[in-house]
Amino acid sequence: MKSAVLVFPGINRERDMARALKLISGHEPAMVWHAETSLPKGTDLVVVPGGFSYGDYLRCGAIAARSPVMDAVRQFAANGGLVLGVCNGFQILCESGLLPGILMRNARLKFICHDVHLRVERSDTPFTRGYNAGQVIRVPVAHGEGNYAADEETIRRLEGDGRVLYRYCSASGEIGDTHNINGAAQSIAGIVNERGNVLGMMPHPENHVEDIMGCTDGRGLFAGLAAHLEQAA
Amino acid sequence: MKARVTVTLKTGILDPQGKAIEGALKSLGVDGIASVRQGKVFDIELAGADKAKAEASLKDAADKLLANTVIENYRVEVLS
Repeated sequence: MKSAVLVFPGINRERDMARALKLISGHEPAMVWHAETSLPKGTDLVVVPGGFSYGDYLRCGAIAARSPVMDAVRQFAANGGLVLGVCNGFQILCESGLLPGILMRNARLKFICHDVHLRVERSDTPFTRGYNAGQVIRVPVAHGEGNYAADEETIRRLEGDGRVLYRYCSASGEIGDTHNINGAAQSIAGIVNERGNVLGMMPHPENHVEDIMGCTDGRGLFAGLAAHLEQAA
Repeated sequence: MKARVTVTLKTGILDPQGKAIEGALKSLGVDGIASVRQGKVFDIELAGADKAKAEASLKDAADKLLANTVIENYRVEVLS
């Protein structure tokens, strides 16, 4: 795995992400500054980490999505490269047009910072192959704007094509309003693009990868990516 | 030349911030408030003097950055 972690002004989860990538894949990721116009040669995974790029000015992720490095990321994704966006990274991917829809203010207006349960909807993707379909994992969220919204047609297509990979649920995997922490359409926590090579998700799997964190449910995502890339190489 | 771009949420898009403001106005006892939807205003100073060109630039600015047209509408006005 030769991963690249993008760094924007105001991002604060890039080191957690780099640590998780190193821990699970054994390879140190490259940290790529937002003003770069290209990705390091041989990059096979781009990660857009969480935080508050540009202080969430204008709209979350809006300004970062227009930075020079994102043109390189769009090109990389168009060539089939794997892109993972977490939290602010998900917002940036939506704003950059790599994923449909938008993350709106949480339905109850509060910043939500605690562990949540996610149901893994399928296991036959590079982003979920480390889990079983229907498996429930526990990972933290930390966001004020994670309420996924899109027009009806987009939601229909996401559901019809099986592009919702992660959904908020109860500890036993039930989906419903009481477990839908931020009011997201269809309890969506993570989706992929049409081609299936770009994932955006609000929760932070990189924060549940070591025993000292109290849970290692996030490891599967990175282990799956590493296995996928190793197989492809 | 001065201009203003107003960005508002499209009809049908939920606006929890607007709802909270509406609730606060009602609890302050402000009379006659039926509903509130919030948005953004950008006051922009333009370098040139050509009104048509200015409108085109402002539209470009709104499409590229100021508004997310998935959920927002915008209005461009050249003021002077």
